[in-house]
Amino acid sequence: MSYLPFVLAAWIFLVGIFGIVRSRHFIHLVVCLSLTQSSTYVLLLSIGYVKHGGAPIFKDVPLGTKAVDPVVQALTLTDIVVSVTVAALLLALAIQAKKHAKTMNPDELRPVRG
Amino acid sequence: MTRRVRLALFGVAACGLAALLLWSITGLPKFGDYHGAYGKILNKRAPQERQTSNVVAAVVFDYRGFDTMGEELILFAAVMGVAMLLREPREEEAPVPEDPVRSDALRAFGVSFAGATLVLGLWIVAHGYVTPGGGFQGGVVLAAAFLLVWLAGSYRAYRGLARAPFVELAEGSGAGGYVVIGLCALLIGDAFLHNLLPYGVAGKLSSGGSIPLLNWASGLEVTAAFVLLFNEFLSERAVLIDPTRRPS
Amino acid sequence: MDVLVPLPVAIPLLTAAALTAFGYWCGRRLDDLIAIVATAATLVISLLLVFRSNDHDLVYWFGGWKPSNGVALGISFTVDPGVAAVATLVATLALAALVFSWRYFDEVGTLFPVLMLVFVGAMCGFALAGDLFNLFVWFELMSVVAYALTGYGVEHAGPLEGAINFAVTNSVGSFCILFGIGFLYARTGALNLAQIVAFTLLVGGFMTKAGAVPFHFWLSDAYAVAPVPVCILLAGVMSDLGLHAIARIYWTVFSGTLSAGDIRPVLIGFGLVTAIVGGFMCFLQRDLKRMLAFATISNIGAVLVGIALLTRSGLASSIVYLNTNGLLRGAAFVAVGILVRRFKSGDELDLRGRGRRAPIAGVVFAAAGLGLALLPPFGPFLANALVVDSADTLGYGWVPPVLALAAVLSAGTILRAAARIFGGLGEAKDPLFSHEPEESQEEPTDTRRVSQPLLWIPAAALALVGLGLVFVPELAGHALRNAGRLVDRSAHAREVLHGVPPSPAPAPSYSPSAAAYAYSVASTLGALAFAAFGLYRRRLPIVLRRAAARVADRPVAGLKALHSGVVGDYVAWLTAGIAVLGGVVAVVVR
Repeated sequence: MSYLPFVLAAWIFLVGIFGIVRSRHFIHLVVCLSLTQSSTYVLLLSIGYVKHGGAPIFKDVPLGTKAVDPVVQALTLTDIVVSVTVAALLLALAIQAKKHAKTMNPDELRPVRG
Repeated sequence: MTRRVRLALFGVAACGLAALLLWSITGLPKFGDYHGAYGKILNKRAPQERQTSNVVAAVVFDYRGFDTMGEELILFAAVMGVAMLLREPREEEAPVPEDPVRSDALRAFGVSFAGATLVLGLWIVAHGYVTPGGGFQGGVVLAAAFLLVWLAGSYRAYRGLARAPFVELAEGSGAGGYVVIGLCALLIGDAFLHNLLPYGVAGKLSSGGSIPLLNWASGLEVTAAFVLLFNEFLSERAVLIDPTRRPS
Repeated sequence: MDVLVPLPVAIPLLTAAALTAFGYWCGRRLDDLIAIVATAATLVISLLLVFRSNDHDLVYWFGGWKPSNGVALGISFTVDPGVAAVATLVATLALAALVFSWRYFDEVGTLFPVLMLVFVGAMCGFALAGDLFNLFVWFELMSVVAYALTGYGVEHAGPLEGAINFAVTNSVGSFCILFGIGFLYARTGALNLAQIVAFTLLVGGFMTKAGAVPFHFWLSDAYAVAPVPVCILLAGVMSDLGLHAIARIYWTVFSGTLSAGDIRPVLIGFGLVTAIVGGFMCFLQRDLKRMLAFATISNIGAVLVGIALLTRSGLASSIVYLNTNGLLRGAAFVAVGILVRRFKSGDELDLRGRGRRAPIAGVVFAAAGLGLALLPPFGPFLANALVVDSADTLGYGWVPPVLALAAVLSAGTILRAAARIFGGLGEAKDPLFSHEPEESQEEPTDTRRVSQPLLWIPAAALALVGLGLVFVPELAGHALRNAGRLVDRSAHAREVLHGVPPSPAPAPSYSPSAAAYAYSVASTLGALAFAAFGLYRRRLPIVLRRAAARVADRPVAGLKALHSGVVGDYVAWLTAGIAVLGGVVAVVVR
């Protein structure tokens, strides 16, 4: 039980990559990538968790109350922004693939080889 | 490589990686048993030293404020990148899509909802360093208010509100403002991004020193970034979806 | 704290933001000019930092948050001459790229200078960062810009595929880095499995960015299709930054727990395979940009070997190598850009003999080839000499010959292309090469005249600085001394966390051994011979050729087939690479 969140993060990570590897559609690929990234949120947040700790916000709570680690939360915020931006760029590329290369299948968009 | 070979390669590799990860997880401290000094010290120091009741905000905008500058620029760069990738060929004029909403009641509801969303967004940005929230979270909500104008009202009205030169001005000012605040500290002889303003009392809106400034700069940048992203993707929608076809 | 330290990041980023805010109201040429001035300012400041940090590291705590009782509260930049030199390299290449791209990207208005400035700021931040998560932030920033710039030619399948493969593989790499950061943040203390796996994930993630085999597949797809001015930065420095991060992470985080003797053979193995595979694939290309992309991979392998020695000399060699090679590869890319702009083609066979009308590009291209072939006494030779001498004392005497072979393969190919294009030598057809790209170059078809000096001055300047850098007095000695500061982990930690500067050490004197000269002369001659082989391969006796075909045909076809251009394959290889790396590290350490 005490390692379950970490195992969950590893599981999401691997399943997400599995989705990327077998993807046949760019939108699916982007979703899988975002899924894989969410495993890092789970990992970071669960590492900083302190048993029975509250949120690291000390409004109406006496100072020194047990609280979880604030740093991993800040890191996760950055991580989420990264995820959004990469998704936006990939979706823009996917739109252009649909418009100009007339395919949404990564296996078919392969002009460079060798 | 055929799909079958690829999946086989991945299968073997993933088993190895899974074993490695599971094995290493047993070396981590148990869930809830974390004893790192960094976060503990900040939890203790930030509310007193920085008069900021939301320690995450203190980390985001002060102790690790430099990370956040990079983070803001990531969003900025992505928006510029999307604008470049989705640029219109010069000769093509994007058609204006028909507005799906025809009911006045729905319009009125949507537009008033946009107002409420706007207020909520401003509130979340403003209180970011006192309670949960902040420039990033509030900025997304603010951008959603613009989107509501399009969803419930008209594309024309939305484009009128979100004129590119002005949104770009906001986007650049938000990102540049953060850097300028950092440089101001440098000018008066402190370290880059050092605090500039009096700290105030924790829990009040007028607390946290420079944090509110940085917070508002990010709020502006995030709002503008998302509005620009919507602009780009919505004009693609106008191209991709046949404008003569009625929505069902 | 030195007031200049944050400026290489702040200046380009602020300029980018200002250009966006006011771009609508100011003219296109003015934007370009402002971008060039800001990059030049970044270059000057970075160069000043090289000198200012010569005696001791400049540790800069952002927000003024100095460590309390040895615990860092904020984020620091730790500047030594090595990293400041990398920032200088970034700014130099960017300056050349911006000058070269005058009137190149008119179609996208201010977007191109804005993205280039963000790219410069991000890479400078990455070079200077002294905090692992901050490193990750700059890594992501430069990646996001690079994905977008790679996909510039959106109307063609090549750039779309290149950019998508680049973005997806590197994102997976960055998740590995985040997992590694998470495991480290968990503060497991002494050496245990979590730390071993953290090392694996960080190194694997940064190797993906750098393009080490088997994480390299995206690189050749992306660099082959990105616009030339972007390639100058991608191939010139971005790849090397990944390795730079590996060196810093090993020495500041892991050198206390993971012994150099255990890790060394693993990293050397990855480095040598990268160097050879890159060189071999380079030989099979006729598209110049793709050829240089594989040459980049081959060079990356050599830099990785330098770092992998995990000695002071190895680290010093990697800094020298990274700077000189980066400049030379940048120069070669500008030369290719001149050809593309003039002849609308970047194909070796297509251009055969036509390059005679662009002699300066020819001289630059050939000079870059000779430099990369380790011609004494130029920069890459000096870096290689440091590796040769250090490997010998460690008992890895078999490593230098392999490195020389890699230089023969990649530099020989560049010389082959130079001879064919600018000298009209060799045959007009060669079936061995990868098929001709299905599309013409995705370069702008802008036909307006651009004044020629804007094209050849950047090329010549990069080549001259790249070759001439070695004549800086006592370059090797300074590199060794600065590497020594990072290698001494406890002194480094004392300096960063407690503000205690180390006692000043004199720069050791270094002169390359006879063996180093022998390897370099051999590799230069070998590269020339290999170039001749590439040009006149089909004049060899038929018996020889049949025998060679029997041995080589299948491996060649197999290697080509692996570079399939399908992102799923690449991610599968990445997973396999991490698993193998982790498995081997776990075995050797336990």
